[in-house]
Amino acid sequence: MIVDTNVSLSRWPFRRLSGDETPTLVERLSKQGVSQAWVGSFDAILHRDIGGVNARLMDECQRHGGDILKPFGALNPKLPDWQEDLRRCVEDYNMPGIRLHPNYHQYQLTDPVFAELLHAAAARGVIVQIAVSMEDTRTQHPLVRAPPVDLTALPQLVKREPAAKLELLNWWPALRRQSLQAFVDAGAVYFDISTVEGIEGTARLMDRLPAERVVFGSNFPLFSFDAALLKMQESGLAEDRKKMLLEGNAKRILPGATR
Amino acid sequence: MEVLVRSADRVGIERLILSQGFSSVPHPTPNILREENDRVMRAVKRFPDRAYGSVFLSPSFPEFSLREFDRCVRDGPMVGVGELEADKRCNSPEHDAIVERAISMKVPILQHTWMKAEGNDPGESTPYDLVELAKRHPEANFICAHTGGEWERGIRIIRDTKNILAEIAGFDPTSGVVEMAVRELGAERVVYGSDVGGRGFASQLAKVVGADIPTAAKELVLGGNLRRLFAPILRAKGYKG
Repeated sequence: MIVDTNVSLSRWPFRRLSGDETPTLVERLSKQGVSQAWVGSFDAILHRDIGGVNARLMDECQRHGGDILKPFGALNPKLPDWQEDLRRCVEDYNMPGIRLHPNYHQYQLTDPVFAELLHAAAARGVIVQIAVSMEDTRTQHPLVRAPPVDLTALPQLVKREPAAKLELLNWWPALRRQSLQAFVDAGAVYFDISTVEGIEGTARLMDRLPAERVVFGSNFPLFSFDAALLKMQESGLAEDRKKMLLEGNAKRILPGATR
Repeated sequence: MEVLVRSADRVGIERLILSQGFSSVPHPTPNILREENDRVMRAVKRFPDRAYGSVFLSPSFPEFSLREFDRCVRDGPMVGVGELEADKRCNSPEHDAIVERAISMKVPILQHTWMKAEGNDPGESTPYDLVELAKRHPEANFICAHTGGEWERGIRIIRDTKNILAEIAGFDPTSGVVEMAVRELGAERVVYGSDVGGRGFASQLAKVVGADIPTAAKELVLGGNLRRLFAPILRAKGYKG
């Protein structure tokens, strides 16, 4: 079985996608053997009514998700009273995590409000996913160009929050030439494989990092789900590593999650 | 090359068309071009059942490029031209002699194209440039590498120029690219490429494998079209298709 940590519901703002209706998405994930999908909402990228985005996300997961979809609410700490959005995610919706889009929400991780958010999320025990990018910057719509999130400050911030659990999504373009060790040393920082590239890229990533820090993420339905699976196949991973990547590592981050 | 073949085996890729060797130099000198072509020919010699070679040329060195074409294609083992990526946009007149040489041997030309949101590099071609070149040479077969990157526009740009095929490598495994290309161009004008080196086989293969298109269309995209395109030169050289 597969735990896919990087799936989104609703509409990508720039084109319709096969799988952007929740029932279809759930059907497709089930056919691929996905037993659990951590889902955010594409709406979070540009919508300002984040409370509405999260309410719809929760509703879609309840109506169509079965046991598969685990909602990860959006937070935009540049919006007034973002703390109430976090409270709702945790207390009203019992969400296991939140997903951030700092580049689309136009803040740097050096902004003190990010440290405040990280502290609040750690205190409430929710996983923080940072979507470092969503698509290749070269192909972005000319009116909506968002460079990858600058992660330089992140290790120091994570060090100050030993209870924090973070996952970096779609991080490859931003960090491909940098050392990842500072993130590993800082605390519980995990990396998905959705944008990892190069021959046997997944295997090389699991050699480069402690293997338990690498988790399966597809960026479906914006990306073809098959890309993540085929990358694993191309890498020729041993069975134990395959199991870690497909579900073991994600289950370590989110043990026994309930909605 | 062993790693390439090993990885290709794992995802079911039978044949590789190699070009450019290790070079990522935007302005290669004749020495670099020759060295990289030699590297490709050594790889092809070592794995004759798995790899074909395609010659790396530069329109900045037209005379040298024609001699290199003769050395590697006419008199050597190579079966294609490109990926042409260097120095000058492909609508420049310096490309014409290279294209005429390719026509004389009935070999296809793989031309790099991008339309980057931040602006192309100097001399970097767009699909618009390729359309100009293809219209000047209607008897040549062109493959539009990366379909301009911004594929929703790239597909439309080449749609009416029937001697251009769309190649889908070099950008994220975005859902929908192959579906749109097949819908707008027909399955017989779309080809799989991996851009391996910078990318892996897998992410680019997923664009086809995961596409909502008929199996027959996938077979064309994954190999049928290239077999058809390369058939004349493979026959001429006595290679297996």
